[in-house]
Amino acid sequence: MAVSTLNADHLRADLERLARQQGIRQWDLGASCSTDTSVQVDRGEAKQMKGAQRSAITVRVWNDAGLVGVTSTSDLSESGLTRALSGAHDASAFGNAADTPAFSPLATAPLQPRDQRLHEPQSILQLLQTLKDAEQQLLSRHGAIDTVPYNGLAQRSSELLYLNSEGACRHQALTTASLYLYARAEEAGRKPRSGGAVRLAYGADTLDIAGCIDEAAERTISHLDYAPINTGHYTCVFSPEAFLDLIGAFSSLFNARAVLDGVSLSSRESLGQRLAVPFLNIDDNSLHPGNIGASTFDGEGTPTSRLSLVQAGILSNFLHSEATARAFGVSPTGHAGMGAKVSVGADYFEIGPAGAEAGGCGQLGLDLNQASSPLVLIDSLSALHAGVKASQGAFSLPFDGWLIQGGERRSIEAATVAGDIRTVLNSLIGFEGQAKVTPDGVCPHVWVDGLSITGEA
Amino acid sequence: MTPSTPPSLLECSGRLEALLAAGRGAGADLVEVFLERTDHLGLLAEQDILTSVSPAFGIGAGIRVFLGARDGFVSTNDLSDAALFSALDQALGMLGLERNGAAKQRFEGLKPLRDYAAAKGDWLQRCPVLQEASSRLLEGTDLLQRHGRHLQVRRGSYARDWQEVLVAASDGTHAHDVRLHQSVGLNVLAADGEHRASLGRRYGTTDQPDELRLWDADAAARDVCDSAGTMLYADYVEAGQMPAVLANRFGGVIFHEACGHLLETTQVERGTTPFAEKVGEPIAHEAVTAIDEGLSSGAFGSLSMDDEGMEPQRTVLIENGVLKRFLSDRAGELRTGHPRTGSGRRQNHGFAAASRMRNTYIAAGPHSPEQLIASVDRGLYCKSMGGGSVGPTGQFNFAVEEGYLIENGTLTRPVKGATLIGEAKEVMPRISMCANDLELAAGFCGSVSGSIFVTVGQPHIKVDSITVGGR
Repeated sequence: MAVSTLNADHLRADLERLARQQGIRQWDLGASCSTDTSVQVDRGEAKQMKGAQRSAITVRVWNDAGLVGVTSTSDLSESGLTRALSGAHDASAFGNAADTPAFSPLATAPLQPRDQRLHEPQSILQLLQTLKDAEQQLLSRHGAIDTVPYNGLAQRSSELLYLNSEGACRHQALTTASLYLYARAEEAGRKPRSGGAVRLAYGADTLDIAGCIDEAAERTISHLDYAPINTGHYTCVFSPEAFLDLIGAFSSLFNARAVLDGVSLSSRESLGQRLAVPFLNIDDNSLHPGNIGASTFDGEGTPTSRLSLVQAGILSNFLHSEATARAFGVSPTGHAGMGAKVSVGADYFEIGPAGAEAGGCGQLGLDLNQASSPLVLIDSLSALHAGVKASQGAFSLPFDGWLIQGGERRSIEAATVAGDIRTVLNSLIGFEGQAKVTPDGVCPHVWVDGLSITGEA
Repeated sequence: MTPSTPPSLLECSGRLEALLAAGRGAGADLVEVFLERTDHLGLLAEQDILTSVSPAFGIGAGIRVFLGARDGFVSTNDLSDAALFSALDQALGMLGLERNGAAKQRFEGLKPLRDYAAAKGDWLQRCPVLQEASSRLLEGTDLLQRHGRHLQVRRGSYARDWQEVLVAASDGTHAHDVRLHQSVGLNVLAADGEHRASLGRRYGTTDQPDELRLWDADAAARDVCDSAGTMLYADYVEAGQMPAVLANRFGGVIFHEACGHLLETTQVERGTTPFAEKVGEPIAHEAVTAIDEGLSSGAFGSLSMDDEGMEPQRTVLIENGVLKRFLSDRAGELRTGHPRTGSGRRQNHGFAAASRMRNTYIAAGPHSPEQLIASVDRGLYCKSMGGGSVGPTGQFNFAVEEGYLIENGTLTRPVKGATLIGEAKEVMPRISMCANDLELAAGFCGSVSGSIFVTVGQPHIKVDSITVGGR
């Protein structure tokens, strides 16, 4: 299959010519194209093999009144570009005069270099064999593991492009690969249990396949011996993945767009105020080496960078697009999407202790295997889309995890954890172990006091 | 990169025959091509301003090749001959096939076109233009202001999704359709001191160009504001095991999540449904009859044909508690033996079709809603549900957006923060009473073949015992 590529020079020339024909003087464009291959297997057989070639552009135009309109399309033919420009121009008549985006002042600023070596794709039959082998190894780890119902090995070659009518040009080429293995295990007379793991890399040849198998097997087996838990309040220890998920679900706390829209728990006045215990730091760091496949620029061409959000428990910065930064009188931070109303989103959280000089580290030497009272270890949270009320601060979420008593660890049959994010951030006891690099961020285990657990005992 | 755009997908039929013949000639058991054109409009109004207008349009093709029970699938945004044959070659290569030499399998040609789009040609033009749509939406946010109290945020959103599809397969399948989905939603955030409540409602229809014109914005705004006003000062629910009465309409998400997904053949293929060998056996309380169909006029999950070109059926899934059928698509029939039900669905050309729900609901029973509530000494009444999900072992969960305590057979105070969790196998026998007030509600379902338009529904139902997560 032919691999599509984005030719910035051609696209710019086409856009300039078509815009001139339509009397459009100011425009910008975000484009992407990708070629994907992926495989899934089922008990030694290929279940599905997929390939995809995708391309998409979003065009914004400013009309003579300075209002912005936008149109997106997957049709990159001349007729598609013409229609996209004219659609965006039509939409600009309905632009929001009270909140009009402009070009980012950083759209031509230097980008931070990143080590993202491009990898040659493997053939789909190579991917298939690799996944068959991985499935077989996982199935052989324990007699109770009967299937790996959710699995996939995928690779992608992609390009991103940002152009604007003032000459900005951003381009990035990437290769990425991913592996996920989610096993199901069942013992006679007992309920089925499951567990899984994910790995990302810049190429299929560098995926940590053995680590993924080990982690999926360990998780699945650890849930075989389960029991219901009594409803009550427990000290909870969040795994790095679970705590990152929780913070991500409430990232509107740090989002200037959400603040301006009135749907964040934070306000303009929250900056400089205490949000959490004094030993907590939260950064957003798109540049972290663990952020596989990160973009070097955002939807407006602004370079991505590291930004402190919570410093020693104090809310220190918000995530910004060009428009929100202008409203706050600061610089864009590289967290914008692209649209008539530009979205803002976090990239990659780094969570950890602030250090003694900033207010202590919380309790030191925490070890969940040495705890004297019962602990709930929350391994993974589910249904964040349904169980989180970000604008209220409330959450009630099913989870997989273990009850730890007297050094013994036993899987919890089915339970939910509920609370308020502001209370959680102010009820941290401390951190355990080294920070773990995950696909969503970096975080150690996090101890939280007194969360409400509902079980079926 | 200069893909060509056809003026109409029907003009591609001739080209597709050559593609299908080539795939069969290479030895494929079956080749299927799915072409689409889309046209989307999204609007967002906040407070009294239109803040986002997001038009989008697209083209694409998905080519699927079967050999035995295996398949390869390739999608592309490029509808040129070269790109389509390249995609075919890639899909054939996944199965160890290639185009060379003498034809290994014959292609008998496409059957006469079944053109469901013939009467739908002007639907897109009949939808409200931008000016009219934005006016209606701003009317909605204005009505929220009039009917609500302590509203910090008022939002209205509208989405119009038009899709033209052409399905052609080497078994002769040749079908063309146009789909039109429109939805409009109202959301509010109410705040009073430390009290906050966020609530929303969304309404959606299929194949009704006048949907937005006919939308009762006043009733919708009153409904949202009433609920927000009630929930603003609600306490958090006390956790535990208790009986629950779930209201009609979107309450049907419990059946969708707890059981419906487990009756799709994709789950049989994965070995993740506990009901795989249970056809003909009781899996639910005898009060429960459940149906999935794609036929109800205007319902969000209705179809003239599925994404494999088959007309949808009315499929009785459970009758008086006994499992009758699974929902099946082409691959599901091939791999599990369950006959196709016109349930092969996908978000777009980038996904292979899979067995998915359409309009899914529990049938009406003999009781009044009041009888259900009166039968509960202490429990939870779930008036409005949020989203939910089901895991790989059949564990489901969903959020209660608006809840009330039931005490001594009567609704008392509002409660918030409840999440219902359980397992399908355990909860289905506990649905012991169904009321006589079946209603449907529009929704979106995300699964293996992407996010699709569906309807959930039920009358009021009573679950004898369920785990309510809370504080």
